[in-house]
Amino acid sequence: MSYIDMKVFNELKEMSGGDFINELIDAFLEDAPTMITNMHSALQSGNVELFRRNAHSIKSNANIFGAQGLAAQAKELEALGREGNLNVGNRLEELEATYTAVAGALRELRV
Amino acid sequence: MTAPKEPGRLLIADDNKVNRILLARAVEQLGHQISTVDNGLQALDALRGGNFDLMLLDIEMPEMDGYQVLETCVQDPNLRNIPIIMTTSLDELDSVVKCIELGAEDYLTKPVNPVLLRARVNACLEKKRLRDEQRKLFRTFATPQVAEQLLRDGFSLGGNYAIASIMFADIRSFTTFSEKHEPGEIIELLNEYFALMFDAITAHNGTVNLIQGDGLMAIFGAPVYHENHREQAVRAALEMIDLVEAFSAQRISEQKDPVRIGIGIATGKVVAGYTGTRHRASYTCVGDTVNLAARIEAHTKVAGCSILIDNYTRDGLPGTIGLDDLGEVLFKGKEQPIPIYSVTAG
Repeated sequence: MSYIDMKVFNELKEMSGGDFINELIDAFLEDAPTMITNMHSALQSGNVELFRRNAHSIKSNANIFGAQGLAAQAKELEALGREGNLNVGNRLEELEATYTAVAGALRELRV
Repeated sequence: MTAPKEPGRLLIADDNKVNRILLARAVEQLGHQISTVDNGLQALDALRGGNFDLMLLDIEMPEMDGYQVLETCVQDPNLRNIPIIMTTSLDELDSVVKCIELGAEDYLTKPVNPVLLRARVNACLEKKRLRDEQRKLFRTFATPQVAEQLLRDGFSLGGNYAIASIMFADIRSFTTFSEKHEPGEIIELLNEYFALMFDAITAHNGTVNLIQGDGLMAIFGAPVYHENHREQAVRAALEMIDLVEAFSAQRISEQKDPVRIGIGIATGKVVAGYTGTRHRASYTCVGDTVNLAARIEAHTKVAGCSILIDNYTRDGLPGTIGLDDLGEVLFKGKEQPIPIYSVTAG
């Protein structure tokens, strides 16, 4: 199963030029775990807005790298957050698993 | 990609690091200078402290979101001129509509397409450059408030009635002066003189709308109404006289001829509006009050006084301004004599 749409990824790589792609990947790998942690604590504290905003950020970044599956999961959680619905079942754990796979793929794609 | 004609200074506000550095990279590749901030409060601080041509603004931000930043900018006369492009995800298009309504110039969806980015950034910078030029041009002839009103509301067609104070001023015996001096010297004198007069007039909320030879016409109380326009006109006149005296003293010390001026002010109903074409227009006033102000100014030579005003102008002055009652004067073209006063001191 492919976690990264290589067409999107290669366009990004070409557009940003040189080895800038490494900087982008590193920024994502550095920030995304915090976003996921924020979503967990938002669930615990019932902070709908914090939950929605972090889901939004993951979705936005996943789209940049062509991580479509991760983006779709994040988008779904963002929509629930917007509705004020924090009954997300195990969706956050599923997102986390996808993220781990995406992170591994991105590490491989560093140049 | 080729570098733009003139690089712009852009501020990028986005709380998400990946978005921020990617956008920064793309804008730098277009040849522009960038600064980045990661929340709305920092964005406002940066805009207030720096000389930016354009801001790329994210909607979703902590501390202060994109809407709040946008609203603050639109309401702040010092920030209003900086165009803002919203950067947003594709599924936030509803929010974009709201932002455009609030005053954003344009929007870009993330991930940003480099071709669209270039087109929108360059279009915004070009618009900003044209507006800045227009503003500079307006400010040559109007107060900053009037210039802002013009830029905001445009030239409204059709005139209005306004109650305003109209001032005419000219240099005494300028014809004799110009016969005795070289063209270069005459133009230099006029430029120095007008620079001083503009300062005095705009400092008191007046708008210079006409310069002809050595004479000028200024309007107080329109197009932006000020309740004390009569006092403002007279205070401007007093300052003009002070400035001309200082200017003359300096000229005498350089063995040059001194300059003396006469100022006439009348207050009343005028027809005010923008006349001209779309390419060249000026704010002007016409009507009896304007004719009367011109006649009163001409009368300063007869009366041997520097500043003369009509009774309607006098009615709006505080008691602290010194006046001499010169009685009634029947001006050419008027059926009724007009009470005239000489302003002696502020």
